[in-house]
Amino acid sequence: MSEEIRNLGEFQLSVLREVGNIGAGHAATALSKLLGSEIQMNVPRVSVVGFEEISEIVGGSEKFVIGIFLRVEGDIPGSIFFLLQVESAKRLVTDLIGNMGSAEPDEFSEMEISALQEIGNILAGSYLSSLADFTKKEMSPTPPAIAVDMAGAILSIGLVQLGADFALLVDTEFVQGERNIEGHFFMLPDPGSVSILFESLGVELQ
Amino acid sequence: MTVIRVGMADLNVADGEDSLRTTGLGSCVGIALYDSQTKVTGLAHIMLPTSANANETNRAKYANTAVPLLIEMMEKKGANRRRLSAKLAGGAQMFTFAGQSDLMRIGPRNVEAVKEALRLNTIPVVAEDTGGNCGRTIELFSADGSLVIRTAKQGVSTL
Repeated sequence: MSEEIRNLGEFQLSVLREVGNIGAGHAATALSKLLGSEIQMNVPRVSVVGFEEISEIVGGSEKFVIGIFLRVEGDIPGSIFFLLQVESAKRLVTDLIGNMGSAEPDEFSEMEISALQEIGNILAGSYLSSLADFTKKEMSPTPPAIAVDMAGAILSIGLVQLGADFALLVDTEFVQGERNIEGHFFMLPDPGSVSILFESLGVELQ
Repeated sequence: MTVIRVGMADLNVADGEDSLRTTGLGSCVGIALYDSQTKVTGLAHIMLPTSANANETNRAKYANTAVPLLIEMMEKKGANRRRLSAKLAGGAQMFTFAGQSDLMRIGPRNVEAVKEALRLNTIPVVAEDTGGNCGRTIELFSADGSLVIRTAKQGVSTL
């Protein structure tokens, strides 16, 4: 199964990029509505990456970030991570609920954690519902879990699921320009999910 | 004085004035072995308790395969397995709120598996900083076998 991931060609990756693009488009629109201001997203980067490279994307394995983690259950299981710089997460929740935070710049109050969980719910829910429309498969996210810590430590929980030394990563960068908010939305399909995903899209694996 | 980097699901050995460093341990466990006489050290960053697949190519990824491999490599560098002692760090539960109890308990399970692998090789665990819910970066110094642990929230400590 892991070999299937390693051997994905440019065409297969571009199909995933397009799927990710549509999913992320829905997610960005939902988040924009929630915040009442425009959130932009970049065209997703789809790649097959090693463990170390994943945390490099957010600034290295020791980078202090906030991670929202959800498992995807159903026909195409996988993991979803939304990683934000701590300052970005602070600004995002302040936009959403006002200043109800902890006085410490790198600590989050219960209210702020709930707000971040809600953001995770909305992003993952809209992303997955567009993916489900596309594939006619059932998928649902678990309630989001939150950790504020080193990126490598946070991401490892998704990597242990993979059973391989590399992962198929759909990485979408969200940017809210004026407030300088930057986040990465990662979708990591479980190894067995990749062939189901392609089959449902009518794309041959090789 | 070289700092040798050990990646995720990776291991390496050092001696003399060199040190071994691995970053961002979450549910993973860092296994630090030390031979006080030859100053040979070995560090593994394991991700899972046991290899389900007997043909597993990356032995550094699993507790039960990484420990014997690390000992072999240290012996090649001159260590004696009867003198080895172990220090452990990691095995945290990074996320406390979620449904997948099995997945969430991977940290403690990793720690148990490492201890079992060490027991099978009769290597005593002399110190550990395991469990909890914080990420750790660790550095093992060959000069004295000390293990320096950095966390994002609780500062630095030395085992």
